[in-house]
Amino acid sequence: MTSTLVSISSKAIASAGDAAGKRSSLVPTVAGLGLLTALLLFPSIAAALDETFYVSFVTRILIFALAASSLNLILGFGGMVSFGHAAFFGGGAYIVGMLSIEVTRDIGLLPGTQSAWVAWPTTMLACALMAALIGAISLRTRGVSFIMITLAFAQMIYYLFVSLKTYGGDEGMNIGTRSTIGFGLSLSDDATFYYVVLALLVVSMMLFRRLVHSRFGNVIRGIRENETRMEAIGYDTYRYKLVCFVIAGSFAGLAGALLANQNTFVSPRMLDWHQSGLLIMMVILGGVGRLWGGVVGAVVILLLEEILSEYTLYWQFWLGSLLLFLIIVAPKGLIGLADRAFKGGLK
Amino acid sequence: MTATFLLEQMLNGLQFGLMLFLLAAGLTLVFGIMNMINLAHGSLYMIGAYLAATAVGYTGSFVAGVLIALAGTAAFGALLESSLLRRFYGRDHLSQVLATFALILILNDGVRMIWGPHAMLVNVPALVSGPIELLPGLHYPAYRLVVIAVGLLVALGLYLLVVHTRIGMRIRAGASNREMANALGGNISGLFTVVFALGAMLAALAGAMLGPVLAVEVGMGESIIILAFVVVVIGGIGSVRGALIGAIVVGCVDTFGRAFLTTILREFSSPTVADNLGPSLASMLIYIVMAAILFWKPRGLFPAQA
Repeated sequence: MTSTLVSISSKAIASAGDAAGKRSSLVPTVAGLGLLTALLLFPSIAAALDETFYVSFVTRILIFALAASSLNLILGFGGMVSFGHAAFFGGGAYIVGMLSIEVTRDIGLLPGTQSAWVAWPTTMLACALMAALIGAISLRTRGVSFIMITLAFAQMIYYLFVSLKTYGGDEGMNIGTRSTIGFGLSLSDDATFYYVVLALLVVSMMLFRRLVHSRFGNVIRGIRENETRMEAIGYDTYRYKLVCFVIAGSFAGLAGALLANQNTFVSPRMLDWHQSGLLIMMVILGGVGRLWGGVVGAVVILLLEEILSEYTLYWQFWLGSLLLFLIIVAPKGLIGLADRAFKGGLK
Repeated sequence: MTATFLLEQMLNGLQFGLMLFLLAAGLTLVFGIMNMINLAHGSLYMIGAYLAATAVGYTGSFVAGVLIALAGTAAFGALLESSLLRRFYGRDHLSQVLATFALILILNDGVRMIWGPHAMLVNVPALVSGPIELLPGLHYPAYRLVVIAVGLLVALGLYLLVVHTRIGMRIRAGASNREMANALGGNISGLFTVVFALGAMLAALAGAMLGPVLAVEVGMGESIIILAFVVVVIGGIGSVRGALIGAIVVGCVDTFGRAFLTTILREFSSPTVADNLGPSLASMLIYIVMAAILFWKPRGLFPAQA
């Protein structure tokens, strides 16, 4: 019985993959270009309407979209349900913070730096190393054990930073200013920062798209469908999964670095298991294993949070109820739901 | 460091471990039998604590308050299972994580709506409010001894229930091979509801008993539920015996780590390093133990599944 179920579900996934793989349709391209134009014009419109608050709000959404998309690489395409993505997201934030306040001089690791050109790649590299270590151990387990062992590592890092008094401990750490990028631009200006984040998100998504459709991406999806079979064909599945985990970790680190810049503040809350849970929620809600799943999920959840908290003190109650409703009516996420509605409309 | 201090820490570890067991027992059964990851199990613990605090206030009797909380939470658990959570048994773990995460949000705010945002305080019952001299020089709070006694009694009762009764047999059958039990069994959905309500009741007992020791507040379930998951995974999913041993291991490792690690580190390094490293290492300790156990025994110490 189980095997029929598995074959049915893998067929479903394969057909969904085909739909995603078709690039002939013009509609998504046009819609994408339209959206990009709107995003490019957004700060000017917000400035004209005197609603500049929304520029940093949308920046926040873009940052979470990047973090959720990086999680989707391992969770959606690789089938690795990591419950510890906050380790890299929050870790990246801390690394930028640590680099900026020059406290690393105390332990002689690196001189402090404000430059984004140094700090952000360093953060990505450090998070990649961290992901390599955590992944190397965690990926020897599967299923529920993998969920729990990634959680365990994230909790270790959480408690590490809670007790590191040099970096603010429980209360978190203020970062004086945002990173500098030169060229006469200042990230302290919200609109400039917005464009930098938008550019990084677009570039990252293009990379993810290339990655998912590459041979590497096919192997990763093959492992999700049937790891034993991929092993039998001769792929070193462990190594493929580890590389995927490392890529996801480093991009989550980049997102964390951006969020630290956005808030000019880092606290252990960014490393909390709630943060991992939130990122998982975004991915599932948007669409597991759909390229834009993380982006859609981040947009919907953060928008809902913002709108609901305008109207009621108990916004978590309504957010939770809505999520519960959506998970019942849209088991394949919002993108899956849209697919179904779109196909139904054509017939 | 003296023998009495060591003994005191052992009792603390045992008490913490037994309360974790109450939470983990329900979690491991729901996990093992229904194959359901229930992140919202901690919310049942919170609801139990709130119900107990309120009922103790109304009745004036601690025992009556706790019993009312147990009945109330069990009924709530049964309702939750039969109306909502049962839809998710056939779904993948991801959907379950999302659904129960959403449930945490709902129940946290629900509690806030009913009881308000402030923490509630529960007094230790007068009869056991003082310390007891266990050994010459070892004074231990009587209430904590009651907590230990209740924990041990429930562990024993649960053992008898699971090993020596008909419903226990069905529970074990479900945990070791769900599909087979499903194929052979009669009223499997009734069993699911009973198991869930039992788990809810045990979580409520932990919440009610810990109410006078900790603060009864929104979010109290989330800090402890992760530890309960650690226990379940260490012990082996679906195994009540594993949950008991795992809980006591986690309780003792955590308590001993906090009590002794800094002192031990001082032997090997400078006091400042020890004072900085000790507490952080102590909080990380159980997760290090868990990662190590999962690394060598991915199915836990006592896997229930065949």
